[in-house]
Amino acid sequence: MTPFVRLDGVSKRFDTAVAADGVTLEVERGEVLALLGPSGSGKTTLLRLLAGFEQADAGRMIIDGADVGGLSPARRRCGMVFQHYALFPHLDVGENVAFGLRGKKPGGRVTVERQVAAVLALVDLAGFERRRVQELSGGQQQRVALARALAPEPRVLLLDEPLSNLDPALRERTRRELRQLIKRVGITTLFVTHEQEEAFDLGDRVAVLAAGRLDQVGTPDDLYERPASLFVATFVGRANVFRGAAAHALGGADGQIVVVRPEAFRFSEIGIPGVVKERRYTGAAAFYLVDGGRGERFEVLAAPGAARVGDRVFVEATRVLTFAEERE
Amino acid sequence: MNSGNRRGLPGALLTLLLAWLVLYPILVVVAEAARGDAIAVFLSRGGEWHALWASLWISLASVALAAAVGVPLAFLFEWLDFPGRKTLGSVIALPAVLPPFVGVIAFLFLYGESGFVARAVQHVLGLERAPWRLQGAGAILLVHAYSMYVYFYLFTRAGLAKLDASMLEAAQALAAGRWETLRRVTLPLIRPALAGAALLVFMTALGSFSAPYVFGGGFRVMTTQIVATKLNGELPLAMVETVALAGVALGGLLILRHTEGDDILVALGKGTAPRRRPIQSVGGRALATAAGWLLALLLLLPHLTLGLVSLVPYGTWTTEAVPPVLSVVNYQRLFGEPERLRPLVNSLWMAAASTAAAVALALVAGALVGRRRPGRIPWRGPIEGLLALPWALPGTVFAVALATTFSVQHPWALRWVLVGTVVLLPLGLLVRNLPLTGRAVLAGFRQLDPALEEAAASLGAGRWAAFRRVTLPLLRPALAAGASLAFVAALGDFVTAIVLYTYDNRPISIEIMSSLRLSELGVAAAFGVILMGLSALVLAVGARR
Ligand SMILES: Nc1ncnc2c1ncn2[C@@H]1O[C@H](COP(=O)(O)OP(=O)(O)O)[C@@H](O)[C@H]1O
Ligand SMILES: [Mg+2]
Repeated sequence: MTPFVRLDGVSKRFDTAVAADGVTLEVERGEVLALLGPSGSGKTTLLRLLAGFEQADAGRMIIDGADVGGLSPARRRCGMVFQHYALFPHLDVGENVAFGLRGKKPGGRVTVERQVAAVLALVDLAGFERRRVQELSGGQQQRVALARALAPEPRVLLLDEPLSNLDPALRERTRRELRQLIKRVGITTLFVTHEQEEAFDLGDRVAVLAAGRLDQVGTPDDLYERPASLFVATFVGRANVFRGAAAHALGGADGQIVVVRPEAFRFSEIGIPGVVKERRYTGAAAFYLVDGGRGERFEVLAAPGAARVGDRVFVEATRVLTFAEERE
Repeated sequence: MNSGNRRGLPGALLTLLLAWLVLYPILVVVAEAARGDAIAVFLSRGGEWHALWASLWISLASVALAAAVGVPLAFLFEWLDFPGRKTLGSVIALPAVLPPFVGVIAFLFLYGESGFVARAVQHVLGLERAPWRLQGAGAILLVHAYSMYVYFYLFTRAGLAKLDASMLEAAQALAAGRWETLRRVTLPLIRPALAGAALLVFMTALGSFSAPYVFGGGFRVMTTQIVATKLNGELPLAMVETVALAGVALGGLLILRHTEGDDILVALGKGTAPRRRPIQSVGGRALATAAGWLLALLLLLPHLTLGLVSLVPYGTWTTEAVPPVLSVVNYQRLFGEPERLRPLVNSLWMAAASTAAAVALALVAGALVGRRRPGRIPWRGPIEGLLALPWALPGTVFAVALATTFSVQHPWALRWVLVGTVVLLPLGLLVRNLPLTGRAVLAGFRQLDPALEEAAASLGAGRWAAFRRVTLPLLRPALAAGASLAFVAALGDFVTAIVLYTYDNRPISIEIMSSLRLSELGVAAAFGVILMGLSALVLAVGARR
């Protein structure tokens, strides 16, 4: 099967930064791809390149078999939800949603109105047509932005940190609703986030960006179990990083870096000796901060009663990830 | 950077057009001034130095007077509470709706030799002749103080409203007394507002023409000197005078800009403004209220005078203290005789045309260089500078510069004979309007969230559709504000008109002047009332959200 969206060696350089550095990426039809990376890693730029707000310096972008590189944003048919929603303040909710429908639909106003009503119902805002956008809550504004983007039936939905403007209490529920909605519509989606949990929850696959480069694309399990780089290993999930002698002790070869997930450590009779400095209780388990001497500190995830602060312990790794010394 | 290249050419073209409109005429004047022996003549004449010095000290004195009236009023209205504060607070800004020339004739009718006040005093004291003549520097300063304190009043109030109450409380907690807090905390914090008002008053006073023209008598300032020299036919000397005045204006601008500094209050963010202190004692409240209304009456007197005089039929008011006959005959004649209505029509079309053109140019400038965008925007600096330049130079300077530039036919030098045609005055008004519309529209563009236009684009709207359906509606308040200010300024203009008008496009202000010459005070006042009413109406519409 040919991919629905394809980026091929896309690069974009700004005066001060390389925002996209030869990014090659494929998204299947109906797939939800999460773009994960720290702030400034080029996630937004990648969406903006695809939507046509920025021109790539190099590379090709293909949607549904056609190169869209030369098309204006108006003709790319990418629905975009902006980080701060960018709702038109001079239009009401209904007019916002109808914005992209003007002149498109035969049948005129009645059809447009019916369609607006349908899309608003889809995002659970039925009957909100004549409300002013300023008087909506953050979550409602987010859903209007989504409805507005979906109304013209775009080929690809682009979401830039769609949940970052919501307060934490609302975020989880909205995430769930967003996932259901995207799946119901069945639209190919790229969405940007800097939070791993969000990426894992919403994305069928996750693409990890670092400094404009695509480090790895894969399912959440892939990224966690088989990270392709030290950056992915440390950015996705918790990780203890060992270099030099300590890496050696854990079975790393010369010049290798060893990464151990907290749950891949266990208290034992043998292994690395240390002293428990802190214990953080999380209910089902507890995190133990162990001081191995020589400034070596690492986290162990174990049963809540496995050790106490001040205990002398031995720690054994059940599974290690090894990486070559990072390239500069 | 891609968009930068695309915008490079239109930006360059707009820069050239603006440079031709606002910079080129000034350069022409400078070149003409440098020719011949006019500079030597200027330097050798005592009268020139007197006028230059008079312009300077009148402007500085106007700043001091306007501050002395406006700043205390601002503190009073911002910090104290008394009955009627709200109403009075807006009445106090009323001098702003009087176009300069109309204000001047209102003063003439009110405090002039044969004005109401002089007549009343004459009657009460049984004097043979008028007790005073309203003339010279004192009269000019009186008018300036009346019309320009508003800038200090509004700027200071805005500055005070931004103050954070906790900052003042902190000073008091540190054992600073009330006066000490004022001196060491409040005044330094509102300094940018005060400096801004001072700059505005200085520039306005330096360019002021109507008051010195009507009340100056033998006392000449640079603006009236230039026009007199030009009427005398000593054109090269007029050029030198124009350059000298422009020099003073730019010098003043640079010095005052320097003292303005950054607005630190903006950086600190907004706290809660200090609460107004109600005046406690009953006597104090009554006194404040009475003083307030008295002040309001004083400020409204010129407007009322104008209204009253406009109702006096020609020749019916001779020696009486108050006019014996009142009727609407002046208005009837005004609207009944097409030839008398001509100036009104002229003023309206010229104000409308020059405002529309200034708005259009400002919109193009905004669309090209006004949006918030990361990185360097080519041509932004030159375009913004050229749009603001006419504000930095007195109106007389521009009027003379345009009259000079467009008095010869050198098409290859982009100069055509426009003197004597009806297009030169609207062109001059357009130049004067550019800073007003430019400032408002550029500010509007700067407030636009770029994501809104991008959202429109991703929803299928092309460039023009996005502009029409999103950008333009969002700019509407800024456009209305800039356009209404420009329209009112053009409608009431006298400075530009007196240099550039022809019989065919003579505006209201010129007609008022000729009516005064013919002693048709009623007609002059009726025109003044119409101008005042139109100004107030347009400003009110423009300020509506
Ligand atoms: N329009 C621009 N002009 C200049 N630099 C930019 C622009 N947009 C983004 N950048 C730079 O490109 C890099 C990537 O930015 P961005 O795509 O916004 O990252 P993210 O969305 O992952 O936080 C950053 O270093 C940012 O400063
Ligand atoms: Mg971003």
